[in-house]
Amino acid sequence: MTASTDTLQTVRELSQEGYKYGFVTDIEADEAPPGLNEDTVRFISAKKEEPEWLLEWRLAAFRAWQKMTQPNWAKLQLTPIDYQAATYYSAPKQSTGPKSLDEVDPELLRTYEKLGIPLREREALAGVAVDAVFDSISVATTFKEELGKLGIIFCSMGEAVREHPDLVRRYLGTVVPQNDNFFAALNSAVFSDGSFAYVPPGVRCPMELSTYFRINAAKSGQFERTLVIADTGSYVSYLEGCTAPQRDENQLHAAVVELVAHADAQIKYSTVQNWYPGDAEGRGGIYNFVTKRGACRGSRAKISWTQVETGSAITWKYPSCVLEGDDSVGEFFSVAITNNRQQADTGTKMIHIGKDTRSTIVAKGISAGRGQNTYRGLVRVQPRAQGARNHTQCDSLLIGGRCGAHTVPYIEVRNPSAHVEHEATTSKISDDQLFYCRQRGLGAEDAVSLIVNGFCKEVLKELPMEFAVEAQKLLAVSLEGSVG
Amino acid sequence: MTAAPPMLEISNLHARLSDDGREILRGIDLSVNRGEVHAIMGPNGSGKSTLAAVLAGRDGYEVSTGTVTYLGRNLLAMPAEERAREGLFLAFQYPVEIPGVNNMYFLRAAINAQRRHHGETELDAGQFLRAVRAKLKLLDIGEDLLQRALNVGFSGGEKKRNEIFQMAMLEPRLAILDETDSGLDIDALRVVARGVNQQRDPDRAIVMITHYQRLLGYVEPDCVHVLQGGRIVESGDKYLAVDLEQRGYGPIGDAA
Repeated sequence: MTASTDTLQTVRELSQEGYKYGFVTDIEADEAPPGLNEDTVRFISAKKEEPEWLLEWRLAAFRAWQKMTQPNWAKLQLTPIDYQAATYYSAPKQSTGPKSLDEVDPELLRTYEKLGIPLREREALAGVAVDAVFDSISVATTFKEELGKLGIIFCSMGEAVREHPDLVRRYLGTVVPQNDNFFAALNSAVFSDGSFAYVPPGVRCPMELSTYFRINAAKSGQFERTLVIADTGSYVSYLEGCTAPQRDENQLHAAVVELVAHADAQIKYSTVQNWYPGDAEGRGGIYNFVTKRGACRGSRAKISWTQVETGSAITWKYPSCVLEGDDSVGEFFSVAITNNRQQADTGTKMIHIGKDTRSTIVAKGISAGRGQNTYRGLVRVQPRAQGARNHTQCDSLLIGGRCGAHTVPYIEVRNPSAHVEHEATTSKISDDQLFYCRQRGLGAEDAVSLIVNGFCKEVLKELPMEFAVEAQKLLAVSLEGSVG
Repeated sequence: MTAAPPMLEISNLHARLSDDGREILRGIDLSVNRGEVHAIMGPNGSGKSTLAAVLAGRDGYEVSTGTVTYLGRNLLAMPAEERAREGLFLAFQYPVEIPGVNNMYFLRAAINAQRRHHGETELDAGQFLRAVRAKLKLLDIGEDLLQRALNVGFSGGEKKRNEIFQMAMLEPRLAILDETDSGLDIDALRVVARGVNQQRDPDRAIVMITHYQRLLGYVEPDCVHVLQGGRIVESGDKYLAVDLEQRGYGPIGDAA
């Protein structure tokens, strides 16, 4: 209910600002001054009217972050980030967005059209402040009522902190601690908002929970924080992101996602990431540094990550599973595409702690243009993890002669009964394959898209049906111009 | 009654490899009329497969001189996919494996690309399946083959049968069969030959490229040409093939 209130509030603010054209509001009140120090953290916490414990939690994160340095082990080349130049809190402003679709980059609109995104959604995605927001409110409300009957909580993180403080406090940071890594610490200090979901024991969530229905709230996504809890014997499928390229002025994204699956619970988390990748020369584009981790806390718990990563200039992301419960299962299915000058260093970590834990990794990397694509994955079997099993399959596909694919598996086994398998292949789309398709009447780009979709099939079939269809189209659009 | 112009008219065609500039085709002249079946025979390295590749529009070859007219149009100016959509079909000597791409899905995409090109409505899954079933019997292909990834793990015979099945589905105007008989045992050869024979049609021309006479025992050609050193050095009726089988390619080669 308060999520809608949030939105209403935002809309009200926006429209007031719209009416009060020329009126200069007190900038201090809407936006933290650039830079990051304890005051910034206090400012954000105060703005969000957070309880004292959360402020202290943020401050602890900030202090940890100060002692850390940005990791440089990934195979990524990036310009240094000036963390003191960034602004860490700003209320939504209408003035920064385009007034109508006429003002939006035609290239972006062309892509929306190819993806078949309805007009109203296009406006929302492109950041045009319009009535579409009201649609989301009504949609969100309908869903919340239905979910509420089952005891499922699905709301913004801000709302969860206010309405369900005990749950948040009990789980926040238990999977990804504040000092886990540089970017997670940064996120913990300054996270703006995000999503919260709780599914009570024995409940099977009847619909895919999706941030898609909260496009407006997702706009606060620079330092998004997501927490999903599946209580004993429950099931939930969560969809993050959408296939449309999202307009965003923030270059640095550092999100954290924590999943907790109790005994016999299952969480399926699917992501389609399509942030702005920069232009063909590598100018602009989002730097995406994400920490995603799920804990299988009880026996037979299961967590599946499925990701389709097509956007961002830089992707640094390793959705992981900590398999604590006996017989718990972790899965990671990934497609990562780099075209033009994009760089991705992505993979997973499977930490086997409980007995007879099982994990599966299927990673498909596609490089085109001058893209660089690295799979980096850790499989660790702890001493107690009797009978643990892992199978990893890691395939790279190269398109053209100027891109790169790299595979960096780490395998640490401390229990002699474990079975760990790693398979890797690297292939090119051959001229023979392209010609064969063209000889049967398919255009060159359709042929590439067909071959790439075949290559990714094992991963795409893990996506919920509707998402999968969109993802297929997205793959085609992402690889445009990759063949002469 | 005036004779219709040939479906395919090749005149003085010269082509070389883009890589090293080596000339492979050195002045090919050939006319193929609708309804006819031509066999092009010749020893290894004579340019048979290059001729098929150039006609189908494969990259890697440069045409230096000569013209190819197909259905009254300049074939060489058309991109490969357009040639295909205009009804030129090449059965590959080595059909290519495409992992993860369902055989049926691929075929439907191919048919619909062709239908779009001709302004026809696309076939939906149901219509397509009915069309498939009607042609399946023709080639003794089980439906399981259609559910597998395109050519992946197919035996040699399965690959060639699948090529002929694609041909049956796409209903080309001009089919070029590149060494379709190679690597087939006698049973597979019979099945493929039956498939080709059933697709003989007054409106369709078929060009069979082969090293051996053996396929011609099952698919009777109207004309046989001998390709050697990048030129057609001899043309004749079906008996020429039998002749060649007995005397080998050598003598003509010496003369050329």
